[in-house]
Amino acid sequence: MAVVSTEATPVATESDIVAVRRLVRETAAKLGFSLVDQTKVVTAASELARNTLIHGNGGEMELITLNGPRVGLRLKFHDHGPGIRDIQLALRDGFTTGSGLGLGLGGAKRLVNEFEIDSQVGQGTTVTVTRWK
Amino acid sequence: MERIPILRMGEYLLVTIQVDMHDRLAMTLQDDLTNRISETSAKGVLIDISSLEIVDSFIGRMLGNIASMSRVLDADTVVVGMRPAVAITLVELGMSLTGVRTALNVDAGMDLLRNSLDARKDALYGSRIH
Repeated sequence: MAVVSTEATPVATESDIVAVRRLVRETAAKLGFSLVDQTKVVTAASELARNTLIHGNGGEMELITLNGPRVGLRLKFHDHGPGIRDIQLALRDGFTTGSGLGLGLGGAKRLVNEFEIDSQVGQGTTVTVTRWK
Repeated sequence: MERIPILRMGEYLLVTIQVDMHDRLAMTLQDDLTNRISETSAKGVLIDISSLEIVDSFIGRMLGNIASMSRVLDADTVVVGMRPAVAITLVELGMSLTGVRTALNVDAGMDLLRNSLDARKDALYGSRIH
């Protein structure tokens, strides 16, 4: 799998969530994603960036462009927060430890083609999602 | 502080969201609208989201909250202009905006608010003779 480019961007403030959305939108458009696919991957990025900020106490997003054999966009959200104790529970719709609706993680999973969580309690969480063109 | 303008037109309040909202701006809009409904005794709120490129769970929740709060304050809310790609994504995300009335565009949304207000007045004062 050919990685064309990698770019890291901070997720430390609410404005960073907006910046993440813009960056993901621009990149997906550049890769030739359809409007619906752009909207899905940007929405997933928005949910995951908010999780990184609120539950992970901030972190960063790595944006990886894949080209060959398939064109795709991979996003890695990484934080050094408290980690997720029960990933299955966290993925369930309606489960929340914050004040949200509990749709963030499970909803983001439905909007992408590949979804992976690596979380260590006390160490942090990395969520990696991929959307293929 | 950055704010989204709320316009008053007769018994209605109109909001056009034209920026990519960060979460605090969305919360501010929710508070501002609730206050304006109470101050102006508005009977309807129209929110135009045709400029929004995405609606995530946070913004979706804000729209639901505005609809609930305005209902408690005796006003109807209608959300207009949602882009098709946004609608597809929102449903896949798991949000169907239950309790939020929608219309395709501003005209249809205003019709909905007017009809709803007329129906309420009729119920209150009895049918008018035309």
